[in-house]
Amino acid sequence: MARAVTPRRKALNTVAAWSVALIIFFPVLWMILTSFKTEPSAVAMPPQLFSADWTLENYSEVWARSDYPRFFWNSVVISVGSTLLGLAIAIPAAWSMAFVPGKRTKDLLMWMLSTKMMPAVAVLIPMYLIFQRTGLFDTKTGLVLALMLMNLPIIVWMLYTYFKEIPGEILEASRMDGASLWKEIVYVLTPMAVPGIASTMLLNVILAWNEAFWTITLTTTKAAPLSAFIASFSSPQGLFYGKLSAASTMAIAPILILGWFSQKQLVRGLTFGAVK
Amino acid sequence: MTLTMRALLGATAVCALASGAMAQTTITVATVNNGDMVRMQGLMDDFNTKHPDIKVEWVTLEENVLRQNVTTDIATGGGQYDVMTIGTYEVPIWGKQGWLVSLNDLPAEYDVDDLLPAIRGGLTVDGNLMAAPFYGESSMVMYRKDLMEAAGMTMPDAPTWADIEKAAAAMTNKDAEQYGVCLRGKAGWGENMAFLTAMSNSFGARWFDENWVPQFDQPEWKATLDFYLNLMTNYGPPGASNNGFNENLTLFNQGKCGMWIDATVAASFVTGKDSTVADKVGFALAPDNGLGKRGNWLWAWSLAIPTSSKNQEAAKTFIDWATNKDYLALVASKEGWANVPPGTRTSLYSNEEYAKVPFAKMTLDSINSADPTAPTVKPVPYVGVQFVAIPEFQGLGTSVGELFSAALAGQSTGDEALAAAQTLVTDEMTSAGYIK
Repeated sequence: MARAVTPRRKALNTVAAWSVALIIFFPVLWMILTSFKTEPSAVAMPPQLFSADWTLENYSEVWARSDYPRFFWNSVVISVGSTLLGLAIAIPAAWSMAFVPGKRTKDLLMWMLSTKMMPAVAVLIPMYLIFQRTGLFDTKTGLVLALMLMNLPIIVWMLYTYFKEIPGEILEASRMDGASLWKEIVYVLTPMAVPGIASTMLLNVILAWNEAFWTITLTTTKAAPLSAFIASFSSPQGLFYGKLSAASTMAIAPILILGWFSQKQLVRGLTFGAVK
Repeated sequence: MTLTMRALLGATAVCALASGAMAQTTITVATVNNGDMVRMQGLMDDFNTKHPDIKVEWVTLEENVLRQNVTTDIATGGGQYDVMTIGTYEVPIWGKQGWLVSLNDLPAEYDVDDLLPAIRGGLTVDGNLMAAPFYGESSMVMYRKDLMEAAGMTMPDAPTWADIEKAAAAMTNKDAEQYGVCLRGKAGWGENMAFLTAMSNSFGARWFDENWVPQFDQPEWKATLDFYLNLMTNYGPPGASNNGFNENLTLFNQGKCGMWIDATVAASFVTGKDSTVADKVGFALAPDNGLGKRGNWLWAWSLAIPTSSKNQEAAKTFIDWATNKDYLALVASKEGWANVPPGTRTSLYSNEEYAKVPFAKMTLDSINSADPTAPTVKPVPYVGVQFVAIPEFQGLGTSVGELFSAALAGQSTGDEALAAAQTLVTDEMTSAGYIK
């Protein structure tokens, strides 16, 4: 029997939820606040919250010193490109694993996931040499390929989980109605899995946007995305937290806004199949 | 040939000539984000006017990321960078590997003999200048003149470690969050180990003997670490094992440190607009123990050309511009003498205007008192004052730094840290083939 939700319980739940959300969001909030402080205020001990010297100087300096639009555009192309390419490969792969599994499908899925457990730096030199010699170094195409390969196991796994929830009988019915494999995937499977595909897409755009190791290692000037933009404001000598926070805020703002507007879709997709 | 054809050919020829005249060589410069480098990027109009045929693209990265990226690029012969910002640690190693282009053929006006001998020595491999210094630094004591005066003490220009301990004790008032001395405690070969290695030189210690046998089990290292731990435990700030350059800079600028022994480049920060004690800071040489070596280091962020660069001539032109005397004059005219990159040229220190900068003389004296080719009291098989110029040192220095940082945090004793360091370094050096 379900428990009655009393106003007191509801209030407690609300307070608890807001507290947890605030704790999780606090580092981001702190970063945003720091970006509006002068450098001495940013590092003051004890930390200053309301007594700080507020300024927009960090933003103007970061904007003046860097070509933000170029870094931003590179981030958009790399994250969206790698996600779309990944989906194009992962949808048929997940379809076959979900609806026509072989004897080794489970092993294959586990192997794919295991590649994510390898530290990236272990393949630094081979990746660097491959990118050098194939002309992919410091190109958006190269990073689209690298990030697609890096996130492909996650895309396949997520789609596989969603596809498993779709009754195979519906696909069989479409086949009996004469649908080809292509039509079955495009016109029957994909529309039914839209929430799952959308959340997979959003999650992978976020993962690719935030990736920092390969995007900094495999670029110099032309294809460097916002991760490289942030890295350029960390300083070994001298105060830099204000400017670094401003650069970080500018880098995460687009993805934060995207996440905010698509949170309903994202949560719906991530909890898809969680409750039977 | 018709008139139209002639006209077309003529136009093509003009276009070809024009495009030749407009052809630009693009060079990529990898650098760190520090004040002097940022300032140089702001002064690029001068370079662009003088060299319209060279376009400079910048890759600015955090120091450790930069080190990883340029090391990967140079080791694989990638050729992605035409000019690299590297330190005195990399130059001897990379120079010996044949990875750097010699800068011996810089024009006569560059006046290579004007470079400070200690800095030039650190950037020279087998008689060849392998990198041009952009700015050089040593380390020195920065202290609060007002607190020393209140304690009835005077800081000597060349203090001993005993002087430092006495002054630290006199200036400490923990109830008022006033700490006698702030030193690096954060683990890292360029963090606490830069300080401790330089300090150990003045205690007669060394990383290795002539046969590459680690020396952490010797009394000199015990004396060094015991003194450091005692000083920091009694007179240092809380949580000092997490403090590096920037953390100590913040503490000093907020008036919480009586003394800070660190890079000479910090002098412009502690006397700058962000410091609450700007007008109360005095400078002294890094301390010694009367053994003939001071506890100061030597470092120069320098510009070098990897042999894999396809634009070596353009890169050399850029390095000439960025590190010659005219550049120093350019910075002085635009930003004032206090903002000129320090520690590279003798002529800068004979300039009357620069002599008025309060920390100029002490910076020069500190740099001159460091000798990377003979850094220790006893003989050693390596060069480098606060580092050992071998490829393994980055890893070794950081691992030993973690042990010493843990001792500072109270997680182990100094003796335990030294014993662990001896075992660790012996194992690594044996694996690497230094110890047969």
